[in-house]
Amino acid sequence: MRVGVVTFPGTLDDHDAARAVRFAGGEALSLWHGDSDLQGVAGVILPGGFSYGDYLRCGAIARFSPIMSAIIPAAEKGLPVLGICNGFQVLCESHLLPGALTRNSELHFLCRDQEIEIVNNESAWTSDFSNGERIIIPLKNGEGSFQCDDRTLNELESNNRVIARYVGLNPNGSRNSIAGITNARGNVVGVMPHPEHAVDPLTGPTADGLAFFTSLMKTRI
Amino acid sequence: MAKVIVDVVLKDEILDPQGDAISRALPRMGFTFSPTSVRQGKSFIITLDHEPGSDELSEIEKAAATLLSNPVIESFSIRVEN
Repeated sequence: MRVGVVTFPGTLDDHDAARAVRFAGGEALSLWHGDSDLQGVAGVILPGGFSYGDYLRCGAIARFSPIMSAIIPAAEKGLPVLGICNGFQVLCESHLLPGALTRNSELHFLCRDQEIEIVNNESAWTSDFSNGERIIIPLKNGEGSFQCDDRTLNELESNNRVIARYVGLNPNGSRNSIAGITNARGNVVGVMPHPEHAVDPLTGPTADGLAFFTSLMKTRI
Repeated sequence: MAKVIVDVVLKDEILDPQGDAISRALPRMGFTFSPTSVRQGKSFIITLDHEPGSDELSEIEKAAATLLSNPVIESFSIRVEN
């Protein structure tokens, strides 16, 4: 299965995302922000980093790049898309996912191994987990606080669209300790901590993140 | 010449940790006006070599609603200075 990994100017984690795809048994295809051809990929990953220097707002400029003009309509038709960290911010700015990511409540950039609980294993990117599974993957961001209005929060909670929550102390002030969400269809997922940095115990704290990528391999489109 | 100024602020219900930090810093620095809250925003100053017409102002409003602000968490206001 070919999975596209997008590189914006300022993207940092595209190589780890591509490696995670290969570890999961897929083929990673690099997609450049200035291109608008998805080259028939079966899924897309928007990796972490600081696209366009985080100018204006995180993800705000990336959202208007040519590659996003191709990804947005494809995602609306069901193409699996995973946004990690900055990628999650791009998905919110694109309105593929509701809410927004704002400054961490304590204003510090956090970089640590974080325990999260998978609370919805029905999305395209979480089906290889069991519900309630607790995993440890790196969290590293300054603007990771998930915020939305009460109506959106109710909608997310009542429709089982939260896919992961932080375990223990809420690290960044995210509403309801939300670490990741999905769209109504379950093909678009945004997650703040980094599964692609935890696919191999040699280079990460665990291999717990790998199941995000093996989940996609099991998804039939 | 005219300046069109777009002020963008977080909506009231959105947590503003930067504003909160400023609010806590003020009394620590000896200021006595004791704010009940401080909200931090940003301004975009758009300079034109002419007075903006109503078509241009509505275009600027569209830019403010799509690019300059994120309507999910922010609101904006537009004013013109000569």
